Amino acid sequence: MSDHVEDVLSTAAGWRAAGEQVALATVTETWGSSPRPAGSQMAVTKSGRMAGSVSGGCIEGAVAEAAMKTLETGTPQLLDFGVTHERAWEVGLACGGKVKVFVEKLS
Amino acid sequence: MTPEILAALAAAREQKRPVVVATKLPSGEQRLLPDSAAPDHLNEIAREVLISDVSGTHKIDGVDWFLHAYNPPLRLVIVGAVHIAQALVQFSSACGYATTVVDPRRSFASDERFPNVSISSAWPDEAMDEFKPDSRTAVVTLTHDPKLDDPALDRALKSGAFYIGALGSRRTHAARLKRLRELGHTDEEMARIRGPVGLNIEAVTAPEIAASIIAEIIAVRRGAPLPAKLAPQTSAS
Repeated sequence: MSDHVEDVLSTAAGWRAAGEQVALATVTETWGSSPRPAGSQMAVTKSGRMAGSVSGGCIEGAVAEAAMKTLETGTPQLLDFGVTHERAWEVGLACGGKVKVFVEKLS
Repeated sequence: MTPEILAALAAAREQKRPVVVATKLPSGEQRLLPDSAAPDHLNEIAREVLISDVSGTHKIDGVDWFLHAYNPPLRLVIVGAVHIAQALVQFSSACGYATTVVDPRRSFASDERFPNVSISSAWPDEAMDEFKPDSRTAVVTLTHDPKLDDPALDRALKSGAFYIGALGSRRTHAARLKRLRELGHTDEEMARIRGPVGLNIEAVTAPEIAASIIAEIIAVRRGAPLPAKLAPQTSAS
């Protein structure tokens, strides 16, 4: 299987197989000038490893934080980021776009 | 994502079979499509997503489904295991292209020059017949040698390859088009060949030329507006 930087799922599966707790975040919808298209993925482990991206770097921190919660509870989350987000000033997209990100645990 | 879905997805990708991971939002319930047990219209939408290669959220029967297209990797065939090819394989693999280098000249197509790259030492026409370029394949000829480049271009023109590029000056390219015309290709068909290959960024070194080629492949794949290549000039060198 490919080991190139866009193949986040393979990286995530590899981490899972090695016994890590892994959450997978996937862009499911975008509006405006968001930098990464739907399907872009980021994997996060409980131990703090990270691969891929769901934006140009604006919201990765917030997504990683949400991922920790999903790892704990096992419950997936559908996150909304953009100008309407209540934390727009902290984690809004500088580009002015909006994205939805689905966060799930690799069980 | 359950281990079962993950394993089924990994198997599909291993077999280079296009599949969609469908996720019901926000519950996260998932299934792989197409699937004979799934409703026809769900399979139909999944097939459209695979053809367009655009993942996205679709409202189906009042439910939001995120349909994630997993197509097999794009492919690149490079004819000519030359210096530019050594740089191009690095760019193409970083961009996710499954790359094969074709060159019957063993001293060029050596593992030492192309570590971890799929190499074919068949004649280009035979290699192309075996490789069967499709709409997710790019073909680049770099040998400068008509007896290697021409058969590859002939096969590429008869295929659905989304990108065909040929290294060579405008004069070389004009001579090449003349030979291909004798093989029965029309000017309209031959307009698919990007020659001289690559975006015009005044590239000089082999890695720079390789960068101009991968940039042009990306531009064609993504539908970026590109200036037409200048008409062949017999006086140009």
